[in-house]
Amino acid sequence: MRKVMQIFRIRKIGSLLLVLLALVAIFPVFFSVTGSLMGQKELNDLLGAVLTADSGSASGQAVSYVFWRVLPLYPTLRSYVKVLLDSPEFFVMFWNSVKITVGVLAGQILVGVPAAWGFARYRFPGKNLLFMIYVALMMMPFQVMMLSNYLVLDQMKLLDHLWGIILPAAFSTFPVFIMYRFFESIPEALMESARLDGAGELLIFIRIGIPLGSAGIISALVLGFLEYWNLIEQPMAFLKTKSLWPLSLYLPQIDISQTGKAFAVSVLVLIPAVIVFLAGQDYLEQGIISTAIKE
Amino acid sequence: MKINLKEHLSLTEKRNAKSDLLFSRKRNRRRCAAFRNTQKGLAFILPSFAGVCIFWLIPYVDVIRRSFCGAVNGEFVGIENYRTIFANKAFRLAAGNTLRFFGVCVPLLVVLSLIIAVLLAGQKRFTKILKSFFLLPMAIPVASVVLLWRLLFDDQGLLNHLLHMLSVQTTDWMNTGASFYVLVISYIWRNLGYDVVLWMAGLSAIPAALYEAAKVDGAGEWKCFTKITLPNLLPSLFTIVVLSVLNAFKVFREAYLVAGDYPQEKMYLLQHLFNNWYRDLSLDKMSAAAVVTGLVIFLLILGLWKAWGKGGAE
Repeated sequence: MRKVMQIFRIRKIGSLLLVLLALVAIFPVFFSVTGSLMGQKELNDLLGAVLTADSGSASGQAVSYVFWRVLPLYPTLRSYVKVLLDSPEFFVMFWNSVKITVGVLAGQILVGVPAAWGFARYRFPGKNLLFMIYVALMMMPFQVMMLSNYLVLDQMKLLDHLWGIILPAAFSTFPVFIMYRFFESIPEALMESARLDGAGELLIFIRIGIPLGSAGIISALVLGFLEYWNLIEQPMAFLKTKSLWPLSLYLPQIDISQTGKAFAVSVLVLIPAVIVFLAGQDYLEQGIISTAIKE
Repeated sequence: MKINLKEHLSLTEKRNAKSDLLFSRKRNRRRCAAFRNTQKGLAFILPSFAGVCIFWLIPYVDVIRRSFCGAVNGEFVGIENYRTIFANKAFRLAAGNTLRFFGVCVPLLVVLSLIIAVLLAGQKRFTKILKSFFLLPMAIPVASVVLLWRLLFDDQGLLNHLLHMLSVQTTDWMNTGASFYVLVISYIWRNLGYDVVLWMAGLSAIPAALYEAAKVDGAGEWKCFTKITLPNLLPSLFTIVVLSVLNAFKVFREAYLVAGDYPQEKMYLLQHLFNNWYRDLSLDKMSAAAVVTGLVIFLLILGLWKAWGKGGAE
C-alpha cells in the first residue's frame, strides 16, 4: 500500500513538473500578447530599467529591474493601430514574407512531389547514390552552403532579388525526403493492380500517389511554412534593399524605445505561424517522426 | 483520410488475391516493363535533380575547387587555405565554442526531452495539449522572441529580477561568459518539443506486452524503465542525437538577432564567423571552412544513413 502511495506521489510530482515546463515553453506567446495590449506609457514604466539603460549600481543606488504583469493594467489596441495604420513598411515586408513563403512552397510542391514519387516507387541504377546526395544536402546548415549559394546567385544576377531567395529554396531537398517517406509506405500491390488495369505511370502517380501520399505533402508544407516564414539568414545575406526584406528582419530594426510597436509586430508575425501550427499539428508531428524513424 | 486509406487497402488486397495467378504468368512481361519504368522513374526526378544541380550541387563542387585556390589570382595553392583557417584565431575560437555548445546542449536536450516524453507517455489526461505546448516554440518566429530575449537576459532584465528576488547572485548575461547559456536556453526552448515527439514515437513502438509480462514477474516502475524502456529506445538515440546536432546550427538566428555581428566571445559561433567572412568576401577562407564543416556534417549523416539502414532490415 505504501509503495502504491509512493508511485502515486511520484506521478503527481511528474505531472506538476510537466505542466510547469509546458507553461515556460509557451511563456513567450503570453508575454508578447500582453505586451502588445499595453500602452507605451505602461510599457515604459515596467521596462524603464532596460529602456533608459542607466545603471543603478554604478551610481550606488539599489539596482532597478524590469517588471512584468500577467495582464495589462490599461489594455489598449493603440500599438496595433500604430502598426497597421501608420507603418506602410510593415505591409511591404509582410507581403515580402508572403511572396517568399508562397513562392518557395509552390515550387517545392511542383518539383518535389514528382521527385519524391520517383525515388519512392522506382528502381534505377544509381538511385541510392542520388538519394544520398539529397539527404546530405537537406541536412547541410545554411552556413555551409552560403558561399555556393552566393556564387550561383551572383552568376545568375539574382542577388538582391526575391527570386534569389525563392529559387534555391524551391529546390530544397528536404520536402522531397519527407514526402518520400510517405510515398514509400503505399503498398506496391496497389500500383501493380492499377498497371494491370492499364493505367499509365503518370495516371498512377496522380490518382494513387498524390491522394494516398497527401499526408506527406501536407507535412512537408507545414514544416516548410514554419521554416520559410521564419527565414533570416538567406535574406540577410542576399538582400541588400530594405524594401525587399521579409518581416523576420523588420522586427529587429524597430527602435527599442518603441516597445509597443515591437510587441504588436511580434504578435502579428506570430499569428500566421500559430494558425498553421494548430491546424497542422498532427501533420507536423508525422513529418518530424518521418525524418527519424523508418516505419 | 486514414479511414479512406484503410478502405483502399482492403479493397486492393481482395483484388490482389484474385489476380495472383495472373501475376505469375505476367512476370516476364513485367521484366520488360521494368526497364521502361526506370526511365519513367528518372523522368519524375529529373526536374528536381536539374534544379538541385544548378542551385546546390555544382556550386558546392565549385566551392570545393575554390578551397584549393588562392583568393587573388585563383591559382592552385594546395592546402594553403586550410592551413590558414586552422591557424586563424577567430576560426579556432568559433569552432571551439561551437563544439562546446554541441557538447553541452545536445546531451542536455536529449536527456531532458526523454524525461518529458516518459512523463507525458505516463500521463492520462491532457497529453495532447501538453505536447502542443512543448512543440509550439518550434513554430514561433525568431523575430517574435527577440524582444523578449533582450528583456529577459539584460543585466537589469526579468531573469535577473527573478534571481534577485530569490536572493541568488545575478549575472550580466549578455556581456560575460554567461552569454553561452543564453544560447543553450534558446536552443533547448526551441527544440525540446521536436525531440519529445521523436522520443514518444520511439516509446509507442515498444510493445505493451513487454511491460505486462514484467509486471506479472513483479518488476517495479524503475526496473521497467531501465530494463525495458531504455534498451528499446537505444536504436532511436543515435538518430535523435544527429538531428539535434543539425538543428543546433539554427540557434544562430536567435544569437544574431539578439547580439549582432560580434557578440560576447563565448557566444561567437562558427555561424558568426561565416557571416563575417561573407561580409568581407574572404572567399578563400570561407570555401575552406565550408568544406571542413561540410565534411564533418557529412560524416554524421553517413552514420545516420547506416542507422536508417539497420532500422529497415529489422
